[in-house]
Amino acid sequence: MQKRLIVPHALLRIMLQRLCHQLIEAHGDFSNTVLIGLQPRGKFLAHRLHKLLQEITGKNIPLGLLDTTFYRDDFRRRESPLAANATSIDFLVENKNVVLIDDVLFTGRSVRAALDAMIAFGRPAHVELLVLIDRRYQRDLPIEATYVGQRVNSLATQKVLVEWQSPESAEDAIWLISKTEEV
Amino acid sequence: MSQLSVRHLLGIKDITEADIELIFQTADHFKEVLNRPIKKVPSLRDITIANVFFEDSTRTRLSFELAEKRLSADVINFSASGSSVKKGETLLDTVNNILAMKVDMIVMRHSSVGAPHFLSRHIKANIVNAGDGTHEHPTQALLDSFSIREKLGDLARKKVAIIGDILHSRVALSNIFALQKLGAEVMVCGPSTLIPRYIGELGVKVEHNVRKALEWCDVANVLRIQLERQQGKFFPSLREYTLYYGIDKKMLDSLNKEIVLMHPGPINRGVELSSDAADSGHSIILDQVENGVAVRMAVLYLLASAKG
Repeated sequence: MQKRLIVPHALLRIMLQRLCHQLIEAHGDFSNTVLIGLQPRGKFLAHRLHKLLQEITGKNIPLGLLDTTFYRDDFRRRESPLAANATSIDFLVENKNVVLIDDVLFTGRSVRAALDAMIAFGRPAHVELLVLIDRRYQRDLPIEATYVGQRVNSLATQKVLVEWQSPESAEDAIWLISKTEEV
Repeated sequence: MSQLSVRHLLGIKDITEADIELIFQTADHFKEVLNRPIKKVPSLRDITIANVFFEDSTRTRLSFELAEKRLSADVINFSASGSSVKKGETLLDTVNNILAMKVDMIVMRHSSVGAPHFLSRHIKANIVNAGDGTHEHPTQALLDSFSIREKLGDLARKKVAIIGDILHSRVALSNIFALQKLGAEVMVCGPSTLIPRYIGELGVKVEHNVRKALEWCDVANVLRIQLERQQGKFFPSLREYTLYYGIDKKMLDSLNKEIVLMHPGPINRGVELSSDAADSGHSIILDQVENGVAVRMAVLYLLASAKG
């Protein structure tokens, strides 16, 4: 297994700042906008952006977490079933501008499931997608992100790992992981 | 772990503590789904489930049917009354005919002990036991424990008294297995004629005085006097049963402690429970019904994803 650093800590911090300002440019005072992080991995990015946005704008912006396990199209097709995660959305998305947030956009299937799952909370006016990493040329579905941290060329067998600072990892960073024989 | 150790839910006896935990965690998520404006997920849209009821049921059947519909499964219902069972068809033939219509799961209630176990040896579909005679009623025990967990946070070292007709109750047996697997202490209470002679071998306390049982326990699960199963004379009269084993609000209040009151339904109001007790703040009877749908969704979802 080989691990290559594609976004170091300092660059990631600039990237998050840029994404926040792009969101502010498009959504102004966020009076009709809600943020929804996709479980399980989009949660960390959503919390981080939410905190930054509130610091910059001084506004209280609604944030929800959405789990898509029950909406996935690979249920009963996987070797080991996925465990569900918590959904916590205490608002309706009816007529709202929704920004879905996930760390990596790969095949687009999770985003498709998320669009389905989100509809259970109402009919939004407008939906956008924000991702930290867009893995180019890997899409199974016609889904593209509105805001992108960085576009990455990768093989389908590789994996993109977004690490957030935690007791297990010293600092934020994004890695591209490949099995040794493929490099 | 995200998979059950079994591919049928025949009884609580056959599943592990980890299975129960997984069902509870999944049920937590489904409970959240049930509080959304659109209370439905598409998970089982490619699955057909047959509810095969050889014995009457209101709550369990409605609860299963709702759980199946909330998961987007296709549902067919079968009840023995008004069917070819009356013409002498065997259980296996009846079920094989239903399965020939491409059914993936069977939810079955039957008056004979072991009927779902027998079926599981002969058919490929997943089977959920919705009550077999006086043996087990696993989903009821799961939703009872889930409701206690929701109310008290945890079952470990909690004291649960099961009060009433233990002899004829499949709910009692499944509850004993589930509660013990989750670390609770269990007591059964009732007239000696309605308590199976060897129940002590399951490691439960036996008490014949209802007041002492209530003083001992954190949770009282009161069972229905099964009027339809009283073939012998187990107690002199309903009035006498109520006098000695009936629970009312005055009695609960006089305990001077927090107590959780449960009943699997249907309640014989004024027999095992008075109306003021059943409707009191101690009671979580309607929470049990609400949780029943979420717990059954979890069971069906997890069985559908089981390999084999």
